[in-house]
Amino acid sequence: MKIINTPLCAAEIGSLKAGEEVFLNGIIYTARDQAHKRIVNSLGKGRGKGREIPFNLKGAVVYYCGPTQTPKGRIIGSCGPTTSSRMDAFTVPLLRKGLKGMIGKGSRSPEVRAAIKKYRAVYFVTYAGCGALLSRHVKSARKIAYHDLGPEAVMELKVENFPLVVAIDSLGNDIYERG
Amino acid sequence: MRDLKAGKITQAVEELVRRASFILRKDVLFVMKKAYRAEKNIRSRNILKAILDNAEFARKENLAICQDTGMPVIFAYLGQDVRIRGDFKKAVNRGIASGYKKYSLRNSIVQDPLLRGKPVFSPCIIHTEIVPGNKLKLILLPKGFGCENKSRLKMFNPTAGINQIKEFIAGAVKDAGPDACPPYVVGVGIGGSADYSAVLAKEALLLDISKRPSKLEGLLLKMINKTGIGPMGLGGKTTALAVKVLTSPTHIAGLPVSVNISCHALRSAEVVL
Repeated sequence: MKIINTPLCAAEIGSLKAGEEVFLNGIIYTARDQAHKRIVNSLGKGRGKGREIPFNLKGAVVYYCGPTQTPKGRIIGSCGPTTSSRMDAFTVPLLRKGLKGMIGKGSRSPEVRAAIKKYRAVYFVTYAGCGALLSRHVKSARKIAYHDLGPEAVMELKVENFPLVVAIDSLGNDIYERG
Repeated sequence: MRDLKAGKITQAVEELVRRASFILRKDVLFVMKKAYRAEKNIRSRNILKAILDNAEFARKENLAICQDTGMPVIFAYLGQDVRIRGDFKKAVNRGIASGYKKYSLRNSIVQDPLLRGKPVFSPCIIHTEIVPGNKLKLILLPKGFGCENKSRLKMFNPTAGINQIKEFIAGAVKDAGPDACPPYVVGVGIGGSADYSAVLAKEALLLDISKRPSKLEGLLLKMINKTGIGPMGLGGKTTALAVKVLTSPTHIAGLPVSVNISCHALRSAEVVL
């Protein structure tokens, strides 16, 4: 099986085909509804308190995930993907700023699909509803921003052989597009 | 009259939280295994295998089956000869909050739906029914919200044909598509009123899905599995594991139909006190 690494480079992204299964190694950032809203609200507003983007978007991979609390003695709790389409409204501005990968579950809007093609990015899905199993692929985890959001805080995760399926590739091919 | 201390209820609910979150229901496991054996599409088979492995790992390691440990919903069937000593609602919510904290589950509840705010563990939703007897039965259904978001309610005309109703139910599943963690269990409530049909649709998710389906349930399951959505939406014949229908008397002027979809991680646990 193909192994890819973060940050994602153009050649790697270009080689991925919709439907292909890959393993991901490296750093990914969790962000879901409220974190997306905050990041997009901060874009283009310059520096200042509360306006910092929590991580470098260039080449970054975000994971639509809000894990459970971390049980004693573990790196992370159950940590599967949440429904990606809720992030559709915030995704295009992030792609414009250099975001290259997204991991979630389910389909995306035509606007997101077009932007993925335009900015040469990639959308992955992973085993939905298998958060216990996926926690084994997380080697370190720390909250880096928006602590007040609880499980929606932004976390930096180091993952190893994180199992993914390419759902929309950089040419805009979409495994969920029907007809 | 039989006295039941509120503290006992708190304890029992805490244990329900553990069982429901870590241990996948027996009937769900049974039907999932059957689907795994029957699935021909290799990728779909692998996904069903991952779901089974996930359930096994969660149970062994005391980990939540899914990170969305749900909006906790309690169905309480209270015997009319039981006298609760203490505050029932508080007792239930204490058990929910302490259980979710103790077992490191997710704080997914915001106190204000508009202002949102910092997520916490409770309160849960409580549906209470008074029944004969001197026992209290509690069922906890931690409902994931990815699938709850795909719920549907339609007020049909009383003259509507069964095919229109079937199309509506299968249509709700098609709309959910790959988004809400298929293979699904589809709860349907037919009759009653707008609000009551929605409760029935959720209550239908408590029924044993390994039991033989009714004629309507069987037909709906066939229809839904023909959509080809499949596990994780990647194709195959297992779009739903089961369809469960509850019906109720209704008004001459209407025919309410509610659909409540559950992801494959259909979790619930019950206790009788």
